[in-house]
Parts: sequence; C-alpha cells; structure tokens
Amino acid sequence: MSTGKMHFEYQVEGGNFSAAGFPSSQVKKTLKQLNVDGNVIRRTVVALYEAEVNIVAHAYNGIISVDIDTEKITILLKDEGPGIADIKKAMEIGYSTATPEVREMGFGAGMGLSNMKTNADHLNITSEVGKGTIVEIINYFHQ
Amino acid sequence: MKVQEIVGIIKGTVVSGAENLENTVDMAFASDLMSDVLTVKTDNLLLLTGLVNIQAIRTAEMSDISCIVFVRNKKVTEEMIRIAKENKIIIIQSPYSMFKVSGILFSAGIKPVF
Repeated sequence: MSTGKMHFEYQVEGGNFSAAGFPSSQVKKTLKQLNVDGNVIRRTVVALYEAEVNIVAHAYNGIISVDIDTEKITILLKDEGPGIADIKKAMEIGYSTATPEVREMGFGAGMGLSNMKTNADHLNITSEVGKGTIVEIINYFHQ
Repeated sequence: MKVQEIVGIIKGTVVSGAENLENTVDMAFASDLMSDVLTVKTDNLLLLTGLVNIQAIRTAEMSDISCIVFVRNKKVTEEMIRIAKENKIIIIQSPYSMFKVSGILFSAGIKPVF
C-alpha cells in the first residue's frame, strides 16, 4: 500500500448468528498480514467480535467500517435497531436485555460491553432509542 | 501435554486438525458462555465446552485458542469444521461430560486459568 491506509466495510444482518464473526475474522487476517503485535490483534478482534455479536443480537442491520493506518485501527459499527436507553447501565457487568435465543448462542450474559471496554484503547458508544447505536473502537498498534 | 495424549485419555475423536496433534496445551478453560471465554488472555489454551455452534469456533479464533473439546459427542457441522481448519483449530469430540473431562484433564496436570 503506497498510502499506508486501508478501508473495509461489512454488512451485518440482525439475527443471523451463522454469519456473525466473519468481519472480525477478516480483520484478524488483515492485521496478521500487516504484522501487527499478536496481543493488539487479539484485543482488537475480541472487542470487534463482541460489538458485532451485539448488532446480530439486538439490531435489525448494521454496517461495520474499518480504517487502518500505520499507527492505529479505527472501527465504526453503526446499526439500525432499538438503541440503548441507558448506556451506563448497559456497561454494568451482568446487565442484559438479550433474548433466550441469544443466550443459547453463548452470549447475552451482560459481559460484552465491559469486555469491549477492556480490549479497546478508546471506546465510544452513542445511541438513540428507536433508531440505533454507534460504537467506535480505536486501538493503537504501538502501546 | 501433547494434544495426542489428551485425545487418548478423554476417548476423543478428532474431527479437525488431525495433523496438529503434536501441539501442546498447558491450560484449559471450561465454559458454555462465550463472553466469558473472550475475557481469557492465555496462549496455548484448550477450550472445553458443550456449546456446539459456529460461535464457539469464532470465539476460539478471536481468542487464539488452538484446541476445542466438545463434550457429550455433540454433532459438529461441516461449516464449523471448515472455519476450524481455516484457522488451524483442533476439534475433538468426547463422549464424556464436561465434569468428567475437566476432572481427567486436571488430574493429568492441565492447569486452570483462574
């Protein structure tokens, strides 16, 4: 890459658990090819995967856009969905509005947002009830 | 401990990654809750679970887990095997329960994460 910048976009379909994880998997492969530190890769894809599962679990659809430059990865997840009424409460470990179907998939225990926070250098969540949620994750390659 | 030895003591059947049985694992984590698995940051980890779906494989992929044991011989789909092979993840099915496999591996010297 002559510019040192890359951009990717992925569509996410609400409720489609069989496809969940594909964007995270692609991002992981790309970061590996770029020889990013293994620990940074793991933190990034765990945060992204949790965020992706949240779209599948709660929203109708979403778009993930990923921007990579020489120093960081910026991930923006925008969904159309019910939104989050109380983000502070949603960040609490154990708080969840997930359906039994989501729990059967191994998620919905109210750990996702705090796990995203742990694994992101920068996490910003904004949400409008009845419209959707925007999650921004930024991780730096050199700590 | 070599994965090959683990297969033997849990009466395992290898359904993916048979070429990597010389790999070793030192620690294991047993859970059906993938969010819990995603909090673990340990290399060379074996995941023991009764949750048999694509998300278990994806979780292993994201967490750099190289070996999964599915208990109670639950059916692994072709899609799961495809994603596991793509990521060099070993999948073993065991007829035993999660409790029994945990006990066997613990007795054999596999360490817990926490």
